[in-house]
Amino acid sequence: MSVATFIVPLVGWLLAPLLPGVINRVKAKFAGRRGQPLFQLYFDLWKLLRKGAVYSHTVSWIFWTAPSAGCAAILTASLLMPLGGTPALLALPGDIILFAGLLGLARFFTVLAALDTGSSFEGMGSSREVFIAALAEPALLLSLAAIARKITQYSLSEILPALSLWDWLQSTPALALATAALFIVLLAENCRIPVDDPTTHLELTMIHEAMVLDHGGPDLAFILYSASLKLWLMGSLLASLLVPVHAGHWALDLAIAIVGVFGVGVIVGVVESCLARLRMPIILQLLVGASTMAAVALILLLR
Amino acid sequence: MILILLALAIIVGSGFLSLLRGKQVRSASWIGVTGVWLGSVLILYAAGSVLFKGGMESWRREITIPGGALSLYLDSLSAFFLFPILILSSLAAWYGTGYLKPSKKNLGVHWFFYNLLVASMVTIVLAHNAILFLMAWEAMTLASFFLVTFDQEKETVREAGWIYLVASHLGTGCLFIFFLLIGAQHDSLEFERSNATANGGIFLLALIGFGTKAGLMPLHVWLPEAHPAAPSHVSALMSGVMIKTGIYGLLRACELCGSLPAWVAWVVLGMGMASGILGILFALSQHNLKRLLAYSSVENMGIIAIGLGLGLLGISHHVPGLAMLGFLACLAHIINHASYKGLLFLCAGATGHATGTLDMNLLGGLLKRMPWTGATFAAGAAAICGLPPFNGFISEFLIFAGAFRAGTTSNGEVAILCLAVIAGLAFIGGLAVAAFAKAFGTTFLGEPRSEYARQGHEVEVSMRWPIVLLASLCLILGITGPLLVPKLFPVVSGLTGYSQEIFQRELGPLMAVLPKITLASLVFFAFFAVCFALRRWLLLGRVVEQNTTWGCGYLRPDARIQYTASSFTQPFGDLFHWVLRTQRWMAAPSGFFPKPTSFRSETPDLCQGHLYHPAFLRLNWGLSKLRWLQHGKVQLYVLYIAAVLMILLVWKLAV
Repeated sequence: MSVATFIVPLVGWLLAPLLPGVINRVKAKFAGRRGQPLFQLYFDLWKLLRKGAVYSHTVSWIFWTAPSAGCAAILTASLLMPLGGTPALLALPGDIILFAGLLGLARFFTVLAALDTGSSFEGMGSSREVFIAALAEPALLLSLAAIARKITQYSLSEILPALSLWDWLQSTPALALATAALFIVLLAENCRIPVDDPTTHLELTMIHEAMVLDHGGPDLAFILYSASLKLWLMGSLLASLLVPVHAGHWALDLAIAIVGVFGVGVIVGVVESCLARLRMPIILQLLVGASTMAAVALILLLR
Repeated sequence: MILILLALAIIVGSGFLSLLRGKQVRSASWIGVTGVWLGSVLILYAAGSVLFKGGMESWRREITIPGGALSLYLDSLSAFFLFPILILSSLAAWYGTGYLKPSKKNLGVHWFFYNLLVASMVTIVLAHNAILFLMAWEAMTLASFFLVTFDQEKETVREAGWIYLVASHLGTGCLFIFFLLIGAQHDSLEFERSNATANGGIFLLALIGFGTKAGLMPLHVWLPEAHPAAPSHVSALMSGVMIKTGIYGLLRACELCGSLPAWVAWVVLGMGMASGILGILFALSQHNLKRLLAYSSVENMGIIAIGLGLGLLGISHHVPGLAMLGFLACLAHIINHASYKGLLFLCAGATGHATGTLDMNLLGGLLKRMPWTGATFAAGAAAICGLPPFNGFISEFLIFAGAFRAGTTSNGEVAILCLAVIAGLAFIGGLAVAAFAKAFGTTFLGEPRSEYARQGHEVEVSMRWPIVLLASLCLILGITGPLLVPKLFPVVSGLTGYSQEIFQRELGPLMAVLPKITLASLVFFAFFAVCFALRRWLLLGRVVEQNTTWGCGYLRPDARIQYTASSFTQPFGDLFHWVLRTQRWMAAPSGFFPKPTSFRSETPDLCQGHLYHPAFLRLNWGLSKLRWLQHGKVQLYVLYIAAVLMILLVWKLAV
């Protein structure tokens, strides 16, 4: 276990709030605006951490423990994700499942906290969240299984560093389909357009944002931070797939991978700028489509 | 073995004593429960020494029934099953004393059947002879029937009881044929391990017979009827362990049949996937808490069957790693499901006990009124969704690990089935989160939706302790589970015949890194402690106010504006309408001065409505043609018997 394995999660923890900034900057450029500062989320977090809090009369302990617990789950998940050829701190065969489980745990807490407020908007948001998550889950695991089959390993820290350009040349269609499916999962899991609109102003059209309407102060800071970290983790997964470059030195590899993660952020920004939020029935088709793409990728690799 | 016989005598004897005490509610309960506890301690001592030290115990007495013998045999598989059965029986019995306290009925009868049920389950896993097994099986069915119909004055309860009795006996009918055919092959009704190549058709009989008890789709119809009707500690016992005797039977049947053809694995996996996906979809659409839990049992039995199916697949295709992981997952999920489903049923019972209803659309806000029940239900819900750091995750991890392992390295049908399992189990997991977010959210969170919920209060100590113990068990097993999994190998070895060397070679590396899951759980708790402490510290001395929930500027929110159980599942109901067939009744608002409006939805069982009900109507119609045979004249009945005996005699002589 080298220094590098400790640096990977640290890099994620420090740089994650920058990723939404990059996405917003790309969206602003597309819209012809100057956009908010790149470091806006850092300022927001700092501001929120210095605030007090307002709680509803309705809520119970679930509501005020959920943000910390959700953040803890995502932080734990960050120890499973390798980056730039450096294996993760907690690498084991099947960490794919643990990763999905920890994301599920964080979601479970968010949904319960939303239902705890007794608000119809938050109820609606949580209902839609679990619906989308249930459809995204098979797509996530199937596409990871496709990539796992390519490398014949099933640990994230074995698969992602082992993936090379040669693998891409060998089975381009399969890997492209799996990556596309993972990208859709990234959009769905992180509440991005076209699945969810984080910037909408109408509670009825929100999904994730509607669930956290009642949180404030440090709790909201935890929620925003864990959302950005989750985006970072899914981003690093995609970056490792899309930029399978091995330069030779871990620091250089890590630097390339970090650029890759922000590159994924740019792609997300472009997608968000070019698309509108889809209607619920279409989201459904999108997610089932993602599962189908992953399944097709697997069939291609089964030959 | 003498210890176990003594313990069985104590359990049954205390049941009889309790029956004699009859009307004295307190003493009847305490005699029954003490018997169960005492017997459990003795049996678990014997089972523990077999499970952890190896070896086996047996005991045999001849009886006069042809082919029958009182033959008991305690091997690692039996010892393994005794643990969930007896631990849950003891805890549920303790809970039952509090649960039945307000009852005016004759509790002696109840405890008599309860103890009989416990004793018959113990006998089932120990029986080494088909006749004894079937006798215990029948005793278990009858005892549980009388327990289910505790509230027999209600018509729904009586009907549920009948459905249970009929379904069980149809299953038992298949088991009779199964054991006779197997007995004919082995030339004895003793249970013997077979090494011959089995006829898959015989195993199919066992699958129908045991699958009915286990509640696998489409044989599950009795579960959603009987579980809600029974008193909660009985539902916990039935759902937590009694249906597992079906899985025990299947595992024994695998042993008895010998090596099974590959298509059997397809059938078991197919039934498992169908039970898993349809079970959780139907669970999601239920609004009665116990009915939801009953369907979720169907789902979990599906997951257990998936584990078993992967095990059989691995054996028939000679992929030992997959086979061992499949069986390990099957066994681990049996323990896990017993702990959290027992817990959830007991919590549901406490909820019904305190509020007087189990309709989730009438509940809400109970977490503040019932803090212990609510917190433990939350733990059970997280565990049943397969979320780390709770125990449900461990068994699902094992299935996924087996499927990923074989799916990435094998070829052909093994790989295809494994990848189907990955997709199916991921979907089941996602739907389970939805179902239990709904169950916990609408029952325990938010504002009370009716007077029922407003009068909710925490239950008494004897009901609180068992659920707290079970919830801690879920957490402890979740954290220590990865360390305990390799300890289950002797049981798997007994089932599959793989030796310790094969285990070490195939799964050694995986088992060596499993403790990292424990580490991840501990890391999660450490992060949580840090985050939570940071939050406390940050809020110290700052303004922390209370206000109403944000309602887009609406300042007088009401409990009625909350999302209900029906609305929460509406997207799922729409998407899966083709299988769920949810019925909706809506009086929509209309006009300038709308009258009171209403909405109601209900999801009846698909198999019962579209398969069994029409089939039984046809059967009834057909059999009514034979009614002239039955006229109440005893002399003629005797003549029928004599005639049949004559025909059999002539046939025997002629052949």
